[in-house]
Amino acid sequence: MDFSFSEEQTLLRNTIQSFIQDNYDFDKRREIIQSEEGMSKDNWKQLAELGLLGVPFSENDGGLEFGSVETMIVAEEFGKGLVVEPYIQTVVTCGGFLRRASEAQRQEYLPSLISGDEIWAFAYAEPQGRFNLADIKVSASKNGNDYTLNGDKCVVSAAPWAQKLIVSARTSGDQSDKEGISLFIVDKSTDGVSTRDYKTVDGSMASEISFENVKLNSSSLIGEEGDAYALIELVADETIAALCAEAIGAMSVLNETTVEYCKTRKQFGQPIGKFQVLQHRMVDMFMQYEQSVSMTYMVNLKLEEEDVERSKAASGAKVQICNAAKFIGQSAVQLHGGMGMTDELNVGHYFKRLSMIETQLGNADHHLKKYSLAS
Amino acid sequence: MDLDFNQDDIDFRNEVRDFIKVSYTQEMKDELARSKNGSASKELHIKWQKSLYEKGWIAPNWPEEHGGPGFTTTQKYIFETEMAHAGAPRTIPFGLSMVAPVLMEFGTEEQKKKYLPDILSTKVWWCQGYSEPGSGSDLASLQCKAEDKGDHYLVNGTKIWTTLAQHADMIFCLVRTSKTEKPQEGISFLLIDMKSPGIDVRPLITLDQSPSPYQEVNQVFFEDVKVPKENLVGEENKGWTYAKYLLEFERGNSYSPSLYRGIQKLKDIARDTSTGNGKYLINDMDFINKLNQCEIEVQALEFVELRIFSALSAGQRVGPESSILKCRGTELQQKIQELSVEAIGYWSSPFVYDTFANINEPSIGPEYAMTITPSYLNGRKTTIYAGSNEIQRNIISKAVLGL
Repeated sequence: MDFSFSEEQTLLRNTIQSFIQDNYDFDKRREIIQSEEGMSKDNWKQLAELGLLGVPFSENDGGLEFGSVETMIVAEEFGKGLVVEPYIQTVVTCGGFLRRASEAQRQEYLPSLISGDEIWAFAYAEPQGRFNLADIKVSASKNGNDYTLNGDKCVVSAAPWAQKLIVSARTSGDQSDKEGISLFIVDKSTDGVSTRDYKTVDGSMASEISFENVKLNSSSLIGEEGDAYALIELVADETIAALCAEAIGAMSVLNETTVEYCKTRKQFGQPIGKFQVLQHRMVDMFMQYEQSVSMTYMVNLKLEEEDVERSKAASGAKVQICNAAKFIGQSAVQLHGGMGMTDELNVGHYFKRLSMIETQLGNADHHLKKYSLAS
Repeated sequence: MDLDFNQDDIDFRNEVRDFIKVSYTQEMKDELARSKNGSASKELHIKWQKSLYEKGWIAPNWPEEHGGPGFTTTQKYIFETEMAHAGAPRTIPFGLSMVAPVLMEFGTEEQKKKYLPDILSTKVWWCQGYSEPGSGSDLASLQCKAEDKGDHYLVNGTKIWTTLAQHADMIFCLVRTSKTEKPQEGISFLLIDMKSPGIDVRPLITLDQSPSPYQEVNQVFFEDVKVPKENLVGEENKGWTYAKYLLEFERGNSYSPSLYRGIQKLKDIARDTSTGNGKYLINDMDFINKLNQCEIEVQALEFVELRIFSALSAGQRVGPESSILKCRGTELQQKIQELSVEAIGYWSSPFVYDTFANINEPSIGPEYAMTITPSYLNGRKTTIYAGSNEIQRNIISKAVLGL
């Protein structure tokens, strides 16, 4: 057993830290999220040049062939920097599907993903389905060698920036059957794909997407028809592991900022950090953070386990992260007083990102239930 | 001890309902339902308050001699419950429930005559100048100073978190009139015309990002502002006493009627929220248990409020027990907002630009979802403002428990 990072991993962390230091101070981030584009194409290109877009892919596919611990490091540092560029969406989630796709698909799609020329988004959520990944009404009906895609996906993170989508669709079965779900690669410019793009509360972007008689060749199918659910669960768990890492990055900044503020802000003739009631709150924030770090390591080390173990690890970690995100986010605002309520301080921006992570791929209630059912 | 309404009470309740039906128009409802931060336009607030004024109901807590309606405790309860149930706008409190009680208690006859009628008729909009950048929880350390220049004071300094100051005609301010060993002893309570030369109001953008001119709070700067001596309330350097008196009114109102309304809305959302496979959130026991836990706590608060308010007569203050109401009221409000965000799931994510959501374009997801995340974010202020809840607990500990 060993919880230390290798030299190579530390180097990777340092690389990202200096990228964020050079390109991502709070004012620059504000400029990026307020721009019409909503992200920085230059930053994306730089991430590609640093090799970061190739982290999880095999060397044969042009990647760095790193594991989940390296992805965790990247996501954690991005969490500290509050990076909006869609790393998790493109590399972890869609990359997670693509690195398990056919040889032909990997050759066709991975080079332009790794080079930063194409951004990807995973369209899975539907208005009626809430957090149930199997509750799918979007249909893909087969005629001959082709499929026709119809239906609506909602709040598709990073879709406004994406050229390519991976879409979960029903090829057979009833609305929430786990069987009969298939995954398709869809070029966003295909006829019949229409989007409504918007900004999100945490400074990112998302789209509502409608598919109307979108014609797809069977070469766009990932894996076997009707058999995608297990893969969706696997990649969702990998994404959760990365989101947990992003969250602990954000939490660490909030905790440091809050402790620093309470040491300097004076009321009643002394730093407010001298008041026991605030000390205990910050101690609780710290303990929540430490438990979140531990659960993040845990899930990232268990992603290779068989399905039930892995799924429990992901749900357990997500429950811890959701609860800690809420407590730390709310407490950081509270302890900053009125200043914590302003758009001017970074505290609120971290709070918003953490609040959104709570919901992504299922909130605490959802994962507690999932955990209980698996136990 | 009983909870029954008599026939007069039932008649009164019908009268309140009829009034709301006529005065709280669909147009007003639509505007308020779209508000990200719970405030409507200045015009709407004034229109609403004038209709209450004409009915004689604008100031349920004022004594009759100053224009209060003389409600019984039961009538007050009915009035607040019906208003909250209908989702009617709250009256802007700075004039009606903050400066007015101070003027009634400590103001001169001239001041009462000059200010109270205009507060009652909403002819004049007031705002509150208490906090400063360096003086939040430690309010008594405030630095904004008023120098005695014979027939007037010269005010220099700044006030922060000034709610809706962009609409205000007058501000009541705590100012430093002398430097004493005990900071509380050199504070005075001053009324200042917002049109005075030297006053600058700058918007502060908060977490919900309501853009100017719809911002909720401001920073107000005073540079050599001349204030006539007759605008001093009570005695010079005694302002701290009046300030504390006012704070008990600021904190000591009833929260439960609007909390019930929040729970009602949450139930509606849960009924409307599909959780897949033909089921709805209202059938999800984990969620419903949390919601009902909240409802039970609201009821506990409601009965605390009823016990406290029925012991008071018009114009009386709650005392340090007001801190109980402030703690529980704000914390429950935040809990309901938190559960609302949870309920709408992914629809919590789209960002709404306009303060009045859905004016320029159709909503993303259900319409009701648009204001929920902004309200949750903005609601974090409630455990900070009017004396943070940490300060409220200090007050209860000291003034109620004697610790």
